[in-house]
Amino acid sequence: MGRVFRFHKDVDTDQIIASQYLLYPNIEEMKVHTFESLDKTFAERVKLGDFVVADENFGCGSSREQAPSVLKALGVKAVIAKSFARIFYRNAINIGLPVIVCKDLYDHVQDGDEMELDMSAGIAVVDGVEYACTKLPEYMQGILDQGGLIASLNAAADDEKEDAR
Amino acid sequence: MTRPMTMAEKIIAAAAGVDEVRPGDIHTVEVDQLMSNDGTTHLTIDMYQKQLKNPHIADVSKLVWIVDHNVPCDSPKTAASHKKMRDFAKENGITFYEGQGVCHQIMMENHVRPGELIFGADSHTCAYGALGAFGTGVGCTDYLYAMVTGKSWVLVPETLKFNLHGKLREGVYARDLILTIIGQIGANGANYKAMEFGGEGLKTLNMSDRICICNLCVEAGAKTALMEADEVALAYLKEHGREPKHVFTSDEDAEYAQVYEIDLGSIEPIVAKPHFVDNVVPATECLGVKIDEAFAGSCNNGRIEDLRVVADILKGRKVHPLVRFLIVPASNAVYQQALQEGLMDIFMEAGAIVMNANCSVCWGSCQGVIGEEEVLISTGTRNFKGRAGHPDSFVYLASAATVAASAVAGCITTADRL
Repeated sequence: MGRVFRFHKDVDTDQIIASQYLLYPNIEEMKVHTFESLDKTFAERVKLGDFVVADENFGCGSSREQAPSVLKALGVKAVIAKSFARIFYRNAINIGLPVIVCKDLYDHVQDGDEMELDMSAGIAVVDGVEYACTKLPEYMQGILDQGGLIASLNAAADDEKEDAR
Repeated sequence: MTRPMTMAEKIIAAAAGVDEVRPGDIHTVEVDQLMSNDGTTHLTIDMYQKQLKNPHIADVSKLVWIVDHNVPCDSPKTAASHKKMRDFAKENGITFYEGQGVCHQIMMENHVRPGELIFGADSHTCAYGALGAFGTGVGCTDYLYAMVTGKSWVLVPETLKFNLHGKLREGVYARDLILTIIGQIGANGANYKAMEFGGEGLKTLNMSDRICICNLCVEAGAKTALMEADEVALAYLKEHGREPKHVFTSDEDAEYAQVYEIDLGSIEPIVAKPHFVDNVVPATECLGVKIDEAFAGSCNNGRIEDLRVVADILKGRKVHPLVRFLIVPASNAVYQQALQEGLMDIFMEAGAIVMNANCSVCWGSCQGVIGEEEVLISTGTRNFKGRAGHPDSFVYLASAATVAASAVAGCITTADRL
């Protein structure tokens, strides 16, 4: 069970994490500024297991991977939107943050609603109502299942060592 | 006989080592070049050093690292991130630029070749399509994966085709054209797709125009932008001492998700209002909006052709006393050319602030940021909320001509109204 933080359409990566924080040394120092221009209290209020729910084209704009990274670092369990901008989508999968397309959810939930998500079944539940989510293509689900692209690289490195023995 | 393919499909097929690809296919591809800038490279290095079990670089000759976003450095924290990048580049023999210009301009001047598949850790990497290369923006984990393996995975995009006809009227620029197109298809109108430009109207556009158009396609969500490397592109390439890898052209019967016919003669000066790039209106609808700052520069409009337009407007005039006008060449090559042509004298005499080649206020973190309630008119790439500084400030996007004219007037206006 997690709470819903609801955002409008075309939320760009500058709103998720503004440019002036990107050259900070690490994600931990950046994450307190997440969504600062839209909701100054977001970083304080969000808890492990909460959800970001949004309208169309979430994460448009720059390729900054810091955008999905700060959400993951704050404990956001998944981002569920009507649609995603492609670089954000790909970055999120690469770092192991589930990004889920659901056309119906946004119009039926409010900020602060309690929600449950069954990722393997692709179903979100709010107030007893089930919302079917689009499943990821198999290839991308594979990256997510491994824990992201770095984990898959390291798994490949382990295999090579194994082969060398 | 393979299926007819678009340029985007042909470049991916070649990079994947297969005869044909289809939209929706996922392929493992060999990446030709890997550009990264100071926006994210410090994080890439951290992951490389701390998280990889077997850190190595597949082919260091593919890497180009460019410090361009916060130049000169604005804080000790940034200095530490720059130092990390500088030291790593030196230790590993990575081609490295610092303070020499905006990454995409440096890539166009020195590295991009037609037919290449290029990953850049910056969304505006789609600019490389002006030279017939498949450039696409990636995050630092994608970048790291390609840096270590030399490869990546690509989902083959559908292509939108834009056939350009006729020519732009005097006082109308490529910037007005691409803003018009983005306004027409919307901020996600090309999401996951390639945007390809062709038609006889393309021949009337010079390289600077073409870079401007391709560069901004990500603001419609595009994965990449492409133009055939014709005689104009090949002449530019030759002038910069390079040869194509391969010149790909789309097959005549290639399949497009949609085809648009654009009459260049119908385009008029455009302004994108806060806070979305697709929030476009004719510039005439914004006349009189008071501005505090104007900016001519960025990977989108900081080339010599743009500076000449600005100089033509500023010559014999003064920047409005209540406006700061920042003029920022996109590269040192552009800077030197402007010096030789005497443009800098015109800028200084008009009272503009001329700055070193860098991303400047386009990304709102280093120089020229604007304060609460302030208004900026900019040739930069984006007008998102807070993009140029304070979260409660306002950015309007327009051509270099509209920006320069507005800097003189103190409010938004077009050059023909001065």
